Amino acid sequence: MAKMNLLQAINNALILAMTENEKVMVFGEDVGHFGGVFRATSNLQEKFGKARCFNTPLTEQGIMGFANGLASQGSVPVAEIQFGDYIFPAFDQIVNETAKWRYRSGGQFSVGTLTIRTPYGGGIAGGLYHSQSPEAYFAHTPGLKIVVPRNPYQAKGLLLASIRDDNPVLFMEPKRLYRASVGEVPEEDYELPLGKADIVREGTDISLLAWGAQMEIMEKAAELADKAGISCEIIDLRSILPWDVETVCQSVVKTGRLLISHEAPQTGGFASEIAATVQERCFLNLESPIARVCGLDTPYPLAHEKEYMPDHLKVFEAIKRTVNY
Amino acid sequence: MKDRNHLSDVSLTHKVSVIDKGLVDIPMLQILQPDGTPHADAQLPELDQDAVLKIYRTMRFIRVLDERMVAAQRQGRISFYLASTGEEAASVASAAALEPQDMIMSQYREQGALAYRGYSTEAFMNQMFSNEKDPNKGRQMPIHYGDKALNFMTISSPLGTQIPQASGYAYGQKMAGQPAVTICYFGEGAASEGDFHAGLNMAAVLHCPVIFFCRNNGYAISTPAEEQFAGDGIASRGLGYGIKTIRVDGNDAFAVYAATKQAREIALAENCPVLIEAMSYRLAAHSTSDDPTGYRSKDEEARWQAKDPIQRLGNWLLSKGWLDEEQDGKDVEQMRQDVLNELKRVEKVPVCAIDDIIEDVYDTPPWHLKEQLDELKQHISQYPDAYPKTSGRL
Repeated sequence: MAKMNLLQAINNALILAMTENEKVMVFGEDVGHFGGVFRATSNLQEKFGKARCFNTPLTEQGIMGFANGLASQGSVPVAEIQFGDYIFPAFDQIVNETAKWRYRSGGQFSVGTLTIRTPYGGGIAGGLYHSQSPEAYFAHTPGLKIVVPRNPYQAKGLLLASIRDDNPVLFMEPKRLYRASVGEVPEEDYELPLGKADIVREGTDISLLAWGAQMEIMEKAAELADKAGISCEIIDLRSILPWDVETVCQSVVKTGRLLISHEAPQTGGFASEIAATVQERCFLNLESPIARVCGLDTPYPLAHEKEYMPDHLKVFEAIKRTVNY
Repeated sequence: MKDRNHLSDVSLTHKVSVIDKGLVDIPMLQILQPDGTPHADAQLPELDQDAVLKIYRTMRFIRVLDERMVAAQRQGRISFYLASTGEEAASVASAAALEPQDMIMSQYREQGALAYRGYSTEAFMNQMFSNEKDPNKGRQMPIHYGDKALNFMTISSPLGTQIPQASGYAYGQKMAGQPAVTICYFGEGAASEGDFHAGLNMAAVLHCPVIFFCRNNGYAISTPAEEQFAGDGIASRGLGYGIKTIRVDGNDAFAVYAATKQAREIALAENCPVLIEAMSYRLAAHSTSDDPTGYRSKDEEARWQAKDPIQRLGNWLLSKGWLDEEQDGKDVEQMRQDVLNELKRVEKVPVCAIDDIIEDVYDTPPWHLKEQLDELKQHISQYPDAYPKTSGRL
C-alpha cells in the first residue's frame, strides 16, 4: 500500500495499463510533456514515448473523433477532455458515434476499447465553465458506460476496469478531490467492478445515495444526523450507467427512505431517473417521498457558489424532513 | 437560373502535381523595428501625438493592471487572473483602429482592447471581485468582462465559440445597414477548434464584415505552436477559405494599427471578412493556475522580452520628442497607485443579494426557480453563519 492522492492514483493506473498493453495510448490537450493541467498524466510521455502519450491540437471534437477511429482500429485510447465543461464540442462524436458504433454495424465494428477521462464538478470557484457536472446528458445515451470514483482507491480500480472493459466508458473525475482526497492505494494491479454500487456505511433509517465528490458531503451530513439520532446508510453509486438498481433497492427496502444528491441541476438530473425506478420497485416499502438535494436549476454561479451547492447542511435538513415525514 | 461551373477557376495540368507548403509566402508587416526605429521604407500610420499617447498609455496601464492583479491573486484576494504581458500592442492597437460602434467579441486575453474603449479601473475591479456593481453580476470567473455600452460582448470560457458568432453578428450589422464591423479575437490554439473553420467559412460565403484577429502567441497553455498545427501559421488558412489575409508583427503597435485600419476599410467597403494573424509571444503564464517553467526556457522568454511592444513604442515616442521619460515614470507610478486604491475600495463591495441567483436564466424566472429560491432563502436564514456573503441581506 502507498499513500496517494486521487491524481496519483489515476497516474498510477495509467502507468499500469500502458505497461501491460502497448496498445493503450493517452492523449488530449496538454497531456504530453506537461502532464496535463492537473498533472494526471505526469511522466507518461517520458516513460512510454511521444507516440503513445501526446498533446493534441486544441479541438475536443477532433480528440473524440480521432479516439473513435483509433478504438475502431483496435487500439486502446484513453482520451482526456481537459474539463467536463469543454466536452460539448465532442458531444456529436460521443453521442452519435462512440455510443452507436457497435449497434449500427450489427456488432461488426466497435469502439469498446475507448475510455474518456474528464474532470467534473464545482466547489473550486470555477464559475459557469469550470464547475459543471454533465453526467445526465450522457446517461441519456444508450451504449455508453459512465463511471465516477469518490477517492484514490476507487479511482485506480475503476479506471483500470474502465480501460479494460469492452464498452466505451466516460470516466468522470471529481476535480475538487484531485489533491484533497488522499488514501491508501495498493501498488499492484486491481480492478473494481463497473455497474456495482458500494455501501460505504450501513444504517437503518434512511439511505443516502450519491457519487463522486458528493460522497464527502453525504458523510458529513450523516454525522450531523447521527447526533440527531438518525441512522443513515450511505451508498456510492460509482457507476451512473448502467447503475446498480439491486443494491439501491435492497437498501431502500431495509430503511424505507431514500435521499439522492448530486451537484448537477435538479431538473432532468440523474436523481430523477433513480427516483422513478425506485418508486416503481419499492413503492410499498417507502415511508416517505424520495428526496432530492441537487444544484439549482440555474447555470453554475461564481459569487453564489456556496449558496448553489447541495452542501451537508441542505442534505441534513432534507434527511430530517424525510425521516419526520 | 444561372448556369454554374465549379471548375471555371481550375487550371489544367498533364503531370501529377503535388502542391507543398511554402508555395505562398505570407510576409509579416513590421513598421517599427524591435528597438523602436522605423524601417526606412515603411509608412507610419497617420496618428497624432494624442492618439499615439493614448495607445501607449493604455498598454502601460494594462501592464500595470496585470502585474497588480497577478499579485492580488497570489495574495488570495481574487480567485484567478490571466495576464496579457507581451501582447498589449495586439489588443490595444487593433482596438484603436476601430470605431466605437464596432462590436468586439474577444477570447480572454484582450483586456487591452477593453481598456482602450474606456473600461474604467473600477469596472475591471468590479468584475474581478464578482460584486454587485459588475454589470455581469459576478457570475463568471475573473477576467470574463462584458459591457454592452462599450460594444464588448461578455466573454465565455469555451474556446473558439465566438468565431462563428462574430460572423453572425457581423451579418446582422450588415443587414441592419450599420456602418460597423465586428472584430473577433482568438488565439492560435483556439483556431484548432471546429468553430474556427465553421466561422471563417460562413463569413466568407455569407459576406460578413468581420475582422478575425488571431493572436499567435506561440502557446496554448503548455502546447507549443508546432504541436498545434503543421501549416504556415493561421494566415495560410484564410487563403483556403477565400478570405483576405494580413500577417503582422503583433509586438509592433504601428503595424497592428495599420493592418487593422485597412482590414476595417476592406470589411466595410466590400462586405467581406478579413483575417489578421498577429505574431507575438505570451510572456505571461497562461493564467495564475499555470507555471510555464515546466514547458519553456528562461532563454526563450528573454528573447521575447527584448521585443517588448511597450518599450518599442516608447522608444519611438521618445525619439520623436512626444514622451518625457521622467513624466512617463510618474504616470506609471500614478497608475499603480490608482489600481491599488481601486482594488482596496472595490474588494469591500458586497456580492449581489441572493435573489439574483435565479435572474437572467430566462427573461423572467419561471415557477420552479422561484420555488427553489424560496427554499434557499429559508435555508440560509436557518444557517446564516454558513452563508456569510448573502445571509445579511435576505
